[in-house]
Amino acid sequence: MTDLAAAEKLLDNTTASGTLRLRGLTKEFGNGADKVVAVDAIDLDIEPGEFVTLLGPSGCGKTTTLRMIAGFEDPSGGQVTLDDVNMIDTPPNKRPMAMVFQSYALFPHLKVRDNVAYGLKIRRTPSAKLREEVDLALESMNLSALANRAPNQLSGGQQQRVALARAMVMKPRVLLFDEPLSNLDAKLRERMRIEIRTLQRHLGITSVYVTHDQAEAMSMSDRIVVMNGGRVEQAASPDIIYRQPASVFVADFIGRANFLDVEKETSTQQGRARVKVLGHSVDVPAHPDAPAAEDVVLLLRPESIRLKAVDTRAGGGLGGHEGRVLFSVFYGDHVEYEVETEHGTITAVVADPNVDAIHREGDDVEVSFNAERAWLLPRTRQPG
Amino acid sequence: MRKRPVGFTLVAVYVLLIVLAVIYIFPFLVQVATSFKTEPEAASNPLALIPTTWTTAAYKTLFANSDFPLWFRNSFIVTVVVTLGRVFFNSLAGYALARLQFRGRGVVNALVIAVMAVPGVVLLIPKFLVINQLGIYDSFAGMIIPLLADAAGVFIMKNFFESIPASVEEQARIDGAGTFRTFWSIVLPMATPALMTLVILSFQGSWNELNHFIVSTQSPSLTTLTKGVAQLASGQLSQGTQYPLKLAAAALMTVPVAIVFFIFQRRIMNTTSGAVKG
Repeated sequence: MTDLAAAEKLLDNTTASGTLRLRGLTKEFGNGADKVVAVDAIDLDIEPGEFVTLLGPSGCGKTTTLRMIAGFEDPSGGQVTLDDVNMIDTPPNKRPMAMVFQSYALFPHLKVRDNVAYGLKIRRTPSAKLREEVDLALESMNLSALANRAPNQLSGGQQQRVALARAMVMKPRVLLFDEPLSNLDAKLRERMRIEIRTLQRHLGITSVYVTHDQAEAMSMSDRIVVMNGGRVEQAASPDIIYRQPASVFVADFIGRANFLDVEKETSTQQGRARVKVLGHSVDVPAHPDAPAAEDVVLLLRPESIRLKAVDTRAGGGLGGHEGRVLFSVFYGDHVEYEVETEHGTITAVVADPNVDAIHREGDDVEVSFNAERAWLLPRTRQPG
Repeated sequence: MRKRPVGFTLVAVYVLLIVLAVIYIFPFLVQVATSFKTEPEAASNPLALIPTTWTTAAYKTLFANSDFPLWFRNSFIVTVVVTLGRVFFNSLAGYALARLQFRGRGVVNALVIAVMAVPGVVLLIPKFLVINQLGIYDSFAGMIIPLLADAAGVFIMKNFFESIPASVEEQARIDGAGTFRTFWSIVLPMATPALMTLVILSFQGSWNELNHFIVSTQSPSLTTLTKGVAQLASGQLSQGTQYPLKLAAAALMTVPVAIVFFIFQRRIMNTTSGAVKG
């Protein structure tokens, strides 16, 4: 576990956390017909102490954005400012930032201690101070016992801690993470998530974290920036991203989603709409663009769907609000169903299931949902 | 039942390998053995591996009555300077071609590869003309400077540097290191196996270099071992075949290269494991 006291002592109010602003940040690769726009005019403000995650599928431009912040890529256009100072012409070695790499990037020929001390030596830190700060950084990451090991004698998790200690010892104004946990096993990854988040929140270092793992983004971030095709689809807190996604892409990328084709009836009031779904007319929360959109879909998260057994002996069959169970899979803590309805096949998840009441394949069920958890959004979001 | 064929195959393979090994090492053994033979025995019984009368007369003649010590000194100076120069310049050039972005990089790279494709003999006369033009003919400068960098070495270093993960260098950069510092304190130590290869190749290459010294020098005071021993072999000492003398010189000439090889070859196999996970 991390030693927060040591980490706090290391940073000791000397670190002024930075405000990072991206303005029209653009990166194009190639020329002419081969030109690819990797990052397309991104605007983003990151406040001091904020933990922002860039999330998206591979090729969405998130890593390129991070590398432009660090200075490893020259932007084709736009600005990166740190505390209102333009960083574009500042080389990476002059930017007050630190980065934790996916591969850890430890120097294989240096001991753990020398890996951590490397940056301080370049800064010509006096040797007594250097020793003290390296000790604190190692202590804060619980690495003191491993100080004289070579990197290849460490486990993946330990190497990751060295990478973190090395980043912290530089007292950066901005801390950058490039998928730092993707090489760890699932259990360690979960623990490191909590550790990084605790440490970051405690020390209040402005952080930009790149990942393609939505669970990582949801559990660590103050704000998630969902990227797709070089553009920002949505930048918001995890709960907004999950409950009120700005686009079908975001809804689909974060968590699991059912999209139901529904007919819009009327817009009742600001932010709501009345739609016909599963045989009922329901008033649901709606995206601001939804009332004006021609084509809309209703987002239903699997966990907001409720299934109730239908007494088949009374006749009935597939009525308007009824469905038939195609699959049911028991996972212990939840049951997952695929149900065929008039809107197509939808997925439902029932948590903490009563084992006797699990619906079987072929069962007819009554399908309902929590209308306040639904979200109506335009099928295609208007660009811009 | 199944054991015999396997055993037989194994024996056959070993016999074949031993025969090949003997064929390979036999000339070297003959060389060493002959250097301890007397002149008549070397002529009458050239392939015998054990001399009937052991004599170190050839070695005595070599040190007392020839310029062998001078040749050795010249070779040593040239080889050490060339080896150091190649390690330094080849790694710098290799790094530049592997990692630095500059206009014309592709052209330079193509030229380096093109140089490797040109047979060295073709360049002997142009080399002589250039050396002469620069006024360094018949001097150590003329012997050393043209050998200070070689295309093959640049190519080896470039390929090795390309195999070093870019994130390690980026880490050094974001820790505050500039380009040269990143190269010197991070990349070069990680390239130890390639450097060792380069040391062996450069040492052996410049120690055994002959053509270049023929075109760049004429003064006997600048004669290197290769040139000197070649003169011995072409009969400059007159009287008789002088096999023991020539082969003693050749045997002594082999020693430094063998020493360098044994010192450095163990480190060639070291890898850069541990740099990155994944």
